[in-house]
Amino acid sequence: MLTKEEVLHVAKLARLDLTETEVEKFRTQLSGILDLFKKIDDLKLENVAETSQVTGLSNVLRGDKVSCREDLTCCTVEQLLKNVPIMENSTIKVPKVIGGSNDA
Amino acid sequence: MHNLTIAEASKKLESGEISSLELTEAVLNRIEELEPKIDAYLSVLKKEAVEAAKKSDQRRKSNKTLSKIDGIPLALKDLLCTKGIETTAASNILKGFVPCYDATVVKKLKDAGAVIVGKTNLDAFAHGSSTENSDFKTTKNPWDTTRVPGGSSGGSAAAVAADECLGAIGTDTGGSIRHPASMCGVVGLKPTYGRVSRYGVIAMASSLDVIGPIAKTTQDAALILEIIAGRDDLDATTLDVPVPRYSESLDNDLIGKKIGIPKEYFTSGMDKDVEVVIREAIKKIKSLGCEIVEISLPHTDFGLSVYYILQPAEVSSNLSRYDGIRFGHSVLKKDQNLSLEDVYSKSREEGFGDEAKRRIMLGTYVLSAGYYDAYYKKAMQIRTLVKEDFKKAFENVDAILTPVSPTPAFKIGEKSDDPVQMYLSDIYTVPINPAGVPAISTPAGTVLRDGKELPVGIQIIGPQLGEEIILNISHQFEKISGMKYKSPEI
Repeated sequence: MLTKEEVLHVAKLARLDLTETEVEKFRTQLSGILDLFKKIDDLKLENVAETSQVTGLSNVLRGDKVSCREDLTCCTVEQLLKNVPIMENSTIKVPKVIGGSNDA
Repeated sequence: MHNLTIAEASKKLESGEISSLELTEAVLNRIEELEPKIDAYLSVLKKEAVEAAKKSDQRRKSNKTLSKIDGIPLALKDLLCTKGIETTAASNILKGFVPCYDATVVKKLKDAGAVIVGKTNLDAFAHGSSTENSDFKTTKNPWDTTRVPGGSSGGSAAAVAADECLGAIGTDTGGSIRHPASMCGVVGLKPTYGRVSRYGVIAMASSLDVIGPIAKTTQDAALILEIIAGRDDLDATTLDVPVPRYSESLDNDLIGKKIGIPKEYFTSGMDKDVEVVIREAIKKIKSLGCEIVEISLPHTDFGLSVYYILQPAEVSSNLSRYDGIRFGHSVLKKDQNLSLEDVYSKSREEGFGDEAKRRIMLGTYVLSAGYYDAYYKKAMQIRTLVKEDFKKAFENVDAILTPVSPTPAFKIGEKSDDPVQMYLSDIYTVPINPAGVPAISTPAGTVLRDGKELPVGIQIIGPQLGEEIILNISHQFEKISGMKYKSPEI
């Protein structure tokens, strides 16, 4: 069973400000899901290679020239910034990164 | 008119018997009539669809028809970006998000003249097997509206089954096309990984995600796949292999084809009635001249673990982009004095639903220091073994038959509080994605529950890029399955 501290640690890594109820719920549920995985310890895996993708492709390169689908190059700055929560003069406004409360 | 297949409608459009506008209006009327019961759509694009239909009719008049799907009303899972049209992934965190470009698949469909009638519901970010994880609504199964349509592409499958479109696009990371196709009695094809471009499709688990058709018939699925498949400069994982004319090899005979039945898929846990349907379907496929052989995929038992480690790991990474800064739900709108850290964690806490949080937590855990080797690395190693199982099997057989889901559609609410039970409903579909091979769910029969017929699909799995053979088998089986054109009474 996961401890409350472990859940809070993972939540911090995942940048999720979980409520007390959620912490308890995920503690139980994640422990249940992790139990499903126990059987993988039965396998001997010493000499087995890892697979991260299945295409067999590697280092797919293109020619060093500008080429793009036509409809993608015609996006205006306005269209591109349409979904930004807070803007100032066509720039994305971000809270202070250095010297703010995060600057431990 | 709404109950036509794509192939039928295409012929009628060609002969001038119907116009795309008439067909599109019939479908839009059907949507208006049934949506209060089914809830398949998140948005219906009435104005855009009518306009596209009129343009299609004009093209046809001047003999400039673009493809067999020109003028055909289709639906898109709301995980595909559509230019100028809200794209939500059925999540609160993306509510109101309007992309400035079309996904490659959407562009290809539009370039082929398809009429997009709307965007369908899903489990938020495609996390789930029932659409109950949608942050907006639960889609109902057209065969029994007290039951789920399966998921995550449940809106697309229900819309096709209820004739609220002629065909639809879904996405499949661990069964999200095949599972709802099986539960709604329609055809759903998960292509080979890399066969269809993922560009512009909201990412779930990038090494597993594929995009594919959900249709009333195998032929329709083949027609859609022909349009959407192929190499794309904007997705470096797409395969540079010519796209066959899938719809032209459907009538090949199957005499002497070897079909494998993996013994590991027929163990306890499968509903008895479902097993009867699957066994019967195997007999029918044998009657097409195929040779049925028992095979072994020895690492099947580990498929679920591999999937539920790798997939949340990739999910946790892909969903880290929703940070409340550049797009999506943001607490900055309420309070600009928050620290950067708080903007991240509070925006994410408010914007993500339960299942997204669960998967982010699980993925972050298996990737975190101290657990990476115990879970993530091992899962990548077992992925090799699962992939090898399939590779070895396909040295001896042309295709593999298995069930799609251990049960027919379950009741709304039945599993929504128990993630482990929900995950187990994907047990027959999830091992396919880590291996990257193609698989199709084809209606095989029905089982009776509470006096209602519920459809059950059979899964036909092929080797890498083996879409032709599985479509061929699916099409031939469809002719004798008794399920073609069988539709629910709504």
